[in-house]
Amino acid sequence: MPAALQTEKLCKSFGALTVAQNIDFRLEPGARHALIGPNGAGKTTFVNMLTGALAPSAGRILLNGEEVTKKNQAARVKLGLGRTFQITSLFPRLPVLDNVALAIAERDGLAIRMWRSASSHKEILEESRSILDALGLADDAALAAQDLPYGKQRLVEIAIALSLKPRVLLLDEPAAGVPTDESKKILANLERLPADIAILIIEHDMDLVFRFARTITVLVQGEVLVEGPPEAIAADRRVRDVYLGEGAHA
Amino acid sequence: MSGYSVDSRLRWTEAIPFAVALAAFFLLPEYLALGARILIFILFALSLDLILGYAGIVTLGHSAFFGLGAYTAGILGAKAGIADPFVQLFFAGAAGAVLGLATGAIILRTRALTLLMLTLAITAILLEVANKMSSLTGGADGLSGVQVNPILGLFRFDLFGRTAFLYCLAALLIGWWAVRRIIYSPFGAMLTGIRENRARMHAVGAPVYWRLVLIYTISATMAGMAGALLTQVNQFVGLNVLGLEPSGDLLVMLILGGVGRMYGAFVGPVVYLVAQDYLAKQYPEYWYFGIGALLITVVLFAPGGILGIIDKCLQLFKQKSSVNRSAR
Repeated sequence: MPAALQTEKLCKSFGALTVAQNIDFRLEPGARHALIGPNGAGKTTFVNMLTGALAPSAGRILLNGEEVTKKNQAARVKLGLGRTFQITSLFPRLPVLDNVALAIAERDGLAIRMWRSASSHKEILEESRSILDALGLADDAALAAQDLPYGKQRLVEIAIALSLKPRVLLLDEPAAGVPTDESKKILANLERLPADIAILIIEHDMDLVFRFARTITVLVQGEVLVEGPPEAIAADRRVRDVYLGEGAHA
Repeated sequence: MSGYSVDSRLRWTEAIPFAVALAAFFLLPEYLALGARILIFILFALSLDLILGYAGIVTLGHSAFFGLGAYTAGILGAKAGIADPFVQLFFAGAAGAVLGLATGAIILRTRALTLLMLTLAITAILLEVANKMSSLTGGADGLSGVQVNPILGLFRFDLFGRTAFLYCLAALLIGWWAVRRIIYSPFGAMLTGIRENRARMHAVGAPVYWRLVLIYTISATMAGMAGALLTQVNQFVGLNVLGLEPSGDLLVMLILGGVGRMYGAFVGPVVYLVAQDYLAKQYPEYWYFGIGALLITVVLFAPGGILGIIDKCLQLFKQKSSVNRSAR
C-alpha cells in the first residue's frame, strides 16, 4: 500500500541558506502524525512544499503513490490534500457558512455555475451546516468569520479543510495563539476527525502533540533528526538536548 | 450582496430604477438624450462593478472595451455598410470579448499597481491607434455618418431620442438581469471569495487566474456592447471613448454610487451625469470642480458611496422604529 503522502530526498535552499535537506518522509494512510522542531527548523517550509505553495529545489513528493512534485496547489487539493494555515486564513467578512460553502462548491466543481442562485443549492448548504455542526459551530453560521473568537476561527479553518473531503490533512499549528481551554476544544474536535484521513500536525503545543499523535517526526535545521512513537521521542536524549530541553527548563 | 447566505429573490425595491426610467421617459421628454447616455453608462458601470466590486480587479482601462465596442459598431455602420443594430451590437460585444480575453490572460497574472498600470497602458495604446488610423476611425475628427437601421426593421431612431432611450433601457434590463444572475450564483460567491482572500481560494482548489480571466472577458463583452449603444444613439464616435478620461469618469461614477453593490452602478452615473449636465450649463468653466467636491465628500465621509449612506439611514430608521414599537 502506498503512503498517503511521501517525500524522497526533498531539498530546499534559498541562496546559501538550506532549509530542507534530503527529507525522506512517509505519512501512512489514517496516520496521526506530528511534525515538531525548534523555531527555524524548516517545518513551515516543508509544509509549503507538500501543499505546492513552494517549489522544492530537488527531490520528489508523492500523494497516494502519485508524483505531484510539479503539480500546483489546486491540483493537489483535487487529489485529496487539504491544509489549514498557521495564520488564520478565512474569508473574514463573509458569513461562516459561506466560508465552508465556497470550499464545497469548489470541490464539487459547482463554483463555475453562473445562472442558478448560490442560495438555491440546497445540497451545498446542507453539507456546510453538517460540517459546522460537527465542529460545534452551528450557531455561528450566519456571523461574519471575523466576528468569532479566535479559537472558533481556528475551527472554521479546520471546517474549510474538512469540507474538501481530504485523504491527507495538514494542520499547520491548529492551536497557535489560542488560549488553553479553547485549545482543549480544538483537540477534542481533532480526535473526532474520521479515522481514514491521514493527518499531519505541525504544532508547538507539546501537550496537544503528545496526546494526539501516534508518530512524531523531529525536524532540526532542515533535517529529520529522529522519528518514532511519542514515548520514544520523549525518551530520546538528542531530542531533549535540542528541543524539549528548552521547554523542560522553561 | 452575493453568496450562499443571501436571499436571491427579487425585491420590489429593485424595480425602482426601471420605474424611474419609465417615468422620466414620459415626464422629461426634453432630456431623453441625456437619459439614454445615463442608461448606457449604467450598463458600462455594471460591467465595471462585476470585476472591481465583486472580483476585486482594480482597473483604469475599462474604456478600452467600451471604446473598441463603440468603434466596432461605428466602422460597421459607416464603412462596412452593416447597419443592423443587433449585428453591430453582437460584433461590438465579440470584439470586447476577444480583447478582454487576450489582454486579461496577460495582465491578470499581475496584481495591484502593476495591474493598474497595465490596464491604463492598454486603453492608452488603443487611443493612439484610433487616433492614427484615421482612414478607418476618422482620427481626431471622429467617425460620423454611422448608419443604423430601424430596430427590428420597425423602430427608427428618431430626432427626439425616444427610440434610443427605450432601446438603451431594454439593453440595460437584459444586462442587469445577466449581472444579477452572475452575482447571486455560485460563481459570484466564488468571485467575492477571491476578492476577500485570494490565497484561501487557491488553497481550496480554485483556479483563480482562469476564473479572473473569465469574468474579465464577460465584463469586457458588456462594456463593448455599452460602447456600441453609445455609437448607435449618437450615430457618431469620437476619440473621447478611449483613454484614461472615460475610464476615470466611470470609476468616479461607480465610487460615487457605491462599489460592489450592483445598484451603485445605477445611482453613480445618474448623479454624475446629471451634475455634469447641470454644472456644465451653469458654470461651464468650473463644472469639474463640483464633481471633484462631490467625490471628495463621498470618499471621505461615505466609503460605501451614496447607496452606503442610504443603507445607513435605513438601518437607523429601522432601529428607531423598533425602539418605538418596544417602547409602546
